[in-house]
Amino acid sequence: MSISISNISKSYKKAKALQDISFDVKPGELFGLIGPDGAGKTTLFRVLTTLLIANEGNATVAGFDVVDDYKSIRKNVGYMPGKFSLYQDLTVEENLKFFATIFGTTIEENYDLIKEIYVQIEPFKDRRAGKLSGGMKQKLALCCALIHKPKVLFLDEPTTGVDPVSRKEFWDMLKRLQQKHITILVSTPYMDEAALCDRIALIQDGKILEIDSPEAIVKNYTKQIYNVRANNMYLLINSLKEYEYNHSVYPFGEFVHYTNSRTDFNPENLKVFLESKSLIDIEIKKTVATIEDTFMELAK
Amino acid sequence: MKRFKGFIKKEFYHIFRDRRSLFILFGMPIAQILLFGFAITNEINNVDIAVLDHSKDATTEEIINKISDSKYFSVKQMVDREADIASVFKKGEVKAVLNFEKDFSKNLMKDHKATVQIITDATDPNTANTISNYLNAILQKYQKELNKDITIAYQIVPQTRMVYNPELKSVYMFVPGVMTIILMLVSAMMTSISITREKELGTMEILLVSPLKPIQVIIGKVFPYIFLSIINAVVIVLLSIFIFKMPVQGSLFLLGLESILFIISALALGILISTISATQQTAMMISLMGLMLPVILLSGFIFPITSMPLPLQMISNIIPAKWFIIIIKGIMLKGVGLQYIWKETLILLGMTVFFIALSVKKYKIRLE
Amino acid sequence: MSNEKVIQVEGLTKMFGDFTAVNDITFEVNKGEIFGFLGANGAGKTTAMKMLIGISKPTSGKAKVAGFDVFKHAEDIKKNIGYMSQKFALYDDLTVKENITFFGGIYGLPRKRIKEKSNVLIEELGLEQVANKLVGSLPLGWKQKLSFSVSLLHDPKIVFLDEPTGGVDPITRRQFWEMIYKAANNGTTVFVTTHYMDEAEYCDRVSIMVNGKIEALDTPKKLKEQFKVANMNDVFLKLARG
Repeated sequence: MSISISNISKSYKKAKALQDISFDVKPGELFGLIGPDGAGKTTLFRVLTTLLIANEGNATVAGFDVVDDYKSIRKNVGYMPGKFSLYQDLTVEENLKFFATIFGTTIEENYDLIKEIYVQIEPFKDRRAGKLSGGMKQKLALCCALIHKPKVLFLDEPTTGVDPVSRKEFWDMLKRLQQKHITILVSTPYMDEAALCDRIALIQDGKILEIDSPEAIVKNYTKQIYNVRANNMYLLINSLKEYEYNHSVYPFGEFVHYTNSRTDFNPENLKVFLESKSLIDIEIKKTVATIEDTFMELAK
Repeated sequence: MKRFKGFIKKEFYHIFRDRRSLFILFGMPIAQILLFGFAITNEINNVDIAVLDHSKDATTEEIINKISDSKYFSVKQMVDREADIASVFKKGEVKAVLNFEKDFSKNLMKDHKATVQIITDATDPNTANTISNYLNAILQKYQKELNKDITIAYQIVPQTRMVYNPELKSVYMFVPGVMTIILMLVSAMMTSISITREKELGTMEILLVSPLKPIQVIIGKVFPYIFLSIINAVVIVLLSIFIFKMPVQGSLFLLGLESILFIISALALGILISTISATQQTAMMISLMGLMLPVILLSGFIFPITSMPLPLQMISNIIPAKWFIIIIKGIMLKGVGLQYIWKETLILLGMTVFFIALSVKKYKIRLE
Repeated sequence: MSNEKVIQVEGLTKMFGDFTAVNDITFEVNKGEIFGFLGANGAGKTTAMKMLIGISKPTSGKAKVAGFDVFKHAEDIKKNIGYMSQKFALYDDLTVKENITFFGGIYGLPRKRIKEKSNVLIEELGLEQVANKLVGSLPLGWKQKLSFSVSLLHDPKIVFLDEPTGGVDPITRRQFWEMIYKAANNGTTVFVTTHYMDEAEYCDRVSIMVNGKIEALDTPKKLKEQFKVANMNDVFLKLARG
């Protein structure tokens, strides 16, 4: 196992940041930790990167214990903290060079690993990191985390605050890195990114809600979801919430995802009800669950 | 070693690219020494005084001329009646009034004794004291001239003698103090800020999760500041020698060694501060309140320690700056060697070792 | 939604030296509309928004917000709009009640009105238990909802939301949007930026900025038809990649 976590708990003064977390990440796996801010993702990353000591439980990374062998771990992992921790007053090239030196390597030595990413920011190599756009900072931070060819890569919310284009490019890069046998643990608050991972753990309030492949997690969602649409979204949401058999009502893009508490649900009844609320252009269609639906159902 | 070199190179990039810290590093020493040297001084220059001359004879006229000829005073006005003295002071036009008694010259010749009253505006007691000292000195000098041709001494005036700083140049007193402040500021404040900056940016996390040893990070962080502090010390000494013509009596080599010792103790304090503060702002506040204020107020730099209440005198003993000021005053002004200041040096050395040990112990290899 | 225009922008441009951050943008927003303002990082969204809320002077062009000219009456604009950004929302070291009182105060609401409003608001958000707790101790989602309500305290004509839901959990994110719908339903215009493309679908109309220009502006439905894709994410990718 590349990462093995068993029964990890961690509390700060009053808050329980992590409660009895256990899971394994296989070598070469792209594993996603999916959850909102404050779920405990960063705390877990810090425990695994030897920055914090858990109150209970133990964990190994690349075969080393996070407490006893912390020095070995620090040689073998790459870590990209939450806010693209770069030296703002150093140029792109100086940042990369610096991180290469402190890990006892050079840019040239591992250039093949970062080449694909680095060529995109190379035209700006003399620009100070503080002047880069969010997407470019993200790429530079990734290069810096990869420069010593780590066995395990920890990426804490690498796509937060980054626009969809850069986010897509970033995930493409991760897929390619995975082929180079690097184990990747990545966290994100964006549910739509979950589908890009091999396996994911849904996490909220310091607890794991579920761990599985994205496909399996979606399959485990038992209720039938209906896409409901009408001419007035606000009225539609309020009306659905008034409907006595509603189980969940969530706006979802141009539709509302609706589930019913009865097994013998007939959409026609709902349509009649909605029409009585003076909604028009009503459309009710079956749809399949997404990771986000599962998350909300589990977190409810 | 290569890692370490790379680290130090990065530190220098930070320093030279940040105008604010560059200014603090090189502008402050120069500004402070010039400020203390020229503006804030105990010396007096062209102080306006008034004279009430009840005698109006040759002697008083000569004395008045002597006084107004000196660069320290200018006689602004003559007062006619005692009653006017108060109003002159109230208007704030003069800082002192000389009141010659009636028949000054006659009394001096006949009784070998004449009285002149020096009335000073003591709203600013320090200046008043200095003015009265200066006036006394002029009177005394005049009296000496008189005594040259006459066998019997005429008058008694309290004798004051200034040792080590015969010209009463306050800049001589300030240089050691300013040097102490600057070295403290550059070493302690700048290191603590530069370490906490990495915490704020989050780069400290990456440094921790790297094979760099904590000791390498610490030394890498402080090394540039040792270097810069030494440059600062040299600049200050050169400024005082060439601009204020201040002689350095003792060994420059010893001065250098003692300064390095003090710099290291200040750096250790800086590291200590950075371990207890999470943001640059906190680090700055702690450095200013916790280090700068005691250095200015309790080190004997401005206020003499002997005139402090006993509890403060005791507190002043734990301030490294106090010992450093004694040491460099000794070297610069008195020209003493190690045999006279070994005790202070030993105390400073002990403190330095203590601070280093404490900061290494306090430095965290993790985030909490 | 009515046809009354609350934002009218024509040829609005902002230059920083040689760099054109916002290049000749033109659009209108109706009263009670939810207007999505999208764009990649650095596309000029924030700069444009700053001009509209009266804290940055345009280089050229015309813009009227809540009936006031951005060149001449920036101060009047500020009185008539609400603003909430992810970076600065509320004071963490003040309690919920103190925050409400403070922000009510800076918009000149009378004491009595602030009291009424704050009671209503606390009840609506279900914050009775924590009304006297420091805002810093609340979960992010609650803070964001509270912050949005506070930006509506003085009944502004338009509320500007700069990435209001970043990092918030999916359920709270939806509750937040329900609050947006409610405000719009009450006639408040909502001008919102977001990185969540599913949220773009919630908007009545969406504009997408690329390199300082508005490259697309329409209802989500029509944009999807125009670019022949299934969702707004793909519309965005198609546009921003050029």
